[in-house]
Amino acid sequence: MIRVADPGPQTTVQDLGRAGHLREGIPPSGPVDARAFVIANRLVGNPDDAAGLECTVMGPRFTAERVCAVAVTGAEAAVTVNEASAPQWATLVLKPGDTVRVGAARNGVRIYVAFSGGIDVPRVLGSRATYLRGRLGGLEGRALRRGDALRLAPHVGPRRPRRLTAAEIPALEPEPVIRVVLGPQADRFTKEGVHAFLSNPYQMLPQSDRMGARLAGPRIAHARGHDIISDGIALGAIQVPGDGQPIVLLVDRQSTGGYTKVATVGSFDIGRIGQVKPGQRVRFRAVDVAEAHRLRSEFEASLAQAAGGGVSR
Amino acid sequence: MALCVELGDEISLEINTRVRALEFLIQQKGPAGVVETVPSFRSLLVYYDPAQVGYDALCAALGALAEQAETAVLPPARLVELPCCYEPELGLDLVAAAERLKMSTDELVRIHSGAEYLVYFVGFTPGLPYMAGVPERIQLPRLTTPRVRVPPGSAGLGGAQFCIYSVESPGGYWLLGRTPVALYDPEAAEPTLLRAGDRVRMRPIDRAEFDSIAAAVAARTYQPVIA
Repeated sequence: MIRVADPGPQTTVQDLGRAGHLREGIPPSGPVDARAFVIANRLVGNPDDAAGLECTVMGPRFTAERVCAVAVTGAEAAVTVNEASAPQWATLVLKPGDTVRVGAARNGVRIYVAFSGGIDVPRVLGSRATYLRGRLGGLEGRALRRGDALRLAPHVGPRRPRRLTAAEIPALEPEPVIRVVLGPQADRFTKEGVHAFLSNPYQMLPQSDRMGARLAGPRIAHARGHDIISDGIALGAIQVPGDGQPIVLLVDRQSTGGYTKVATVGSFDIGRIGQVKPGQRVRFRAVDVAEAHRLRSEFEASLAQAAGGGVSR
Repeated sequence: MALCVELGDEISLEINTRVRALEFLIQQKGPAGVVETVPSFRSLLVYYDPAQVGYDALCAALGALAEQAETAVLPPARLVELPCCYEPELGLDLVAAAERLKMSTDELVRIHSGAEYLVYFVGFTPGLPYMAGVPERIQLPRLTTPRVRVPPGSAGLGGAQFCIYSVESPGGYWLLGRTPVALYDPEAAEPTLLRAGDRVRMRPIDRAEFDSIAAAVAARTYQPVIA
């Protein structure tokens, strides 16, 4: 059992998400930065899809009530165990009564905390992921509160404490270049609009959340109307409403929408854009579908090797 | 990864039927690599796993299925009856809509509840049905100023479309009434009630029946009428 003394501003239970329900208007949810989440699970000897915590901007303070292992990954934040500094991207073994504090994100936005065994909440529609707007999954469909108790499932299998080397830790870049495939409505924008989108930096806005990353920068001008007949919104789709400013849709996105979409961020770069802090800038680079497939298989291959490899579902 | 199959560029029964038929064919034939599908008015978003199928091969497979996508392949539609209380305290725009249409509220309710609606797709928020079939006589442009908060269950008219809000959200449709039936219940085994292709009829009820059905819904003893 884990006792939450202070959850931080928005901490939710997530696993790798619920597929198959977008046609009912229910998004997949799951971690925004799936790579950091999966590595946290591997560091405590869990399968990749075991449930852990995603914390936005600031981590939690909690006490272990039994022996367990934890790992903290994702955004860069100070971690202490009983007030003594402890590393991120490493297996931390806790005794009953040990208190862990995860501080504010110094670099990046989303911090992940995995516990050996995984958090034992009921599966809803096949997943333990929390969808906050729909009050679905996780712990009673909500963010954690002070005093919550998290039950851990029994840990099975070997656990070998380890710590990633600096070279193994995914870098958080100051101005990441995010790879996109243009379309499906790139033809609804002016040439200058698409050029502006691909040649200027865009700044992350504080209104961003798990539904979408809102950015500000040079106007992505429409050639004709910004509304389309509502259609499905893929992960990473970049909607551009009438104000010409891009919104990258993430894991808690609406399933359909009626704004033009200039491009789609490759799934391999969703975690990278999800770690960009408000005020920080990103650039977009267009790749074709073949290149996007290649980048995706590269991403999958590198993830398969990360933290000694993993057990998938 | 995902690709979008567009079957037209307008809102029409014919095009939407082809979208739903294509989705049904995909469910039946299970082409390699398809992970999930999302139907909408005139297109089908197809999520796929590029490790299992290449882009060109998938386009070819979907193109072949799209040629067979017509009404005949669809299974018979369900008919869902939803009780709806058309009283001004719940149908916040009922009086204004009737005035704008130059008819009595009774006549507006009679026409609205006399029609049969077709769910083109479910989306935006969990369980929200986008429906067609609004009689021309009661079509209205959307509200000029959308409401910030529309209560769940509100039955709204916007142009040729009819929707029922499934969760509290902003909205720009004219609210004629409210159903006590939950279109989205995160604690139910099947959280969403309606599916693309369902036919829907509204049955007028008074406030007392609204309250008693709402209580049964809250107690999880209410069974929606589905034929």
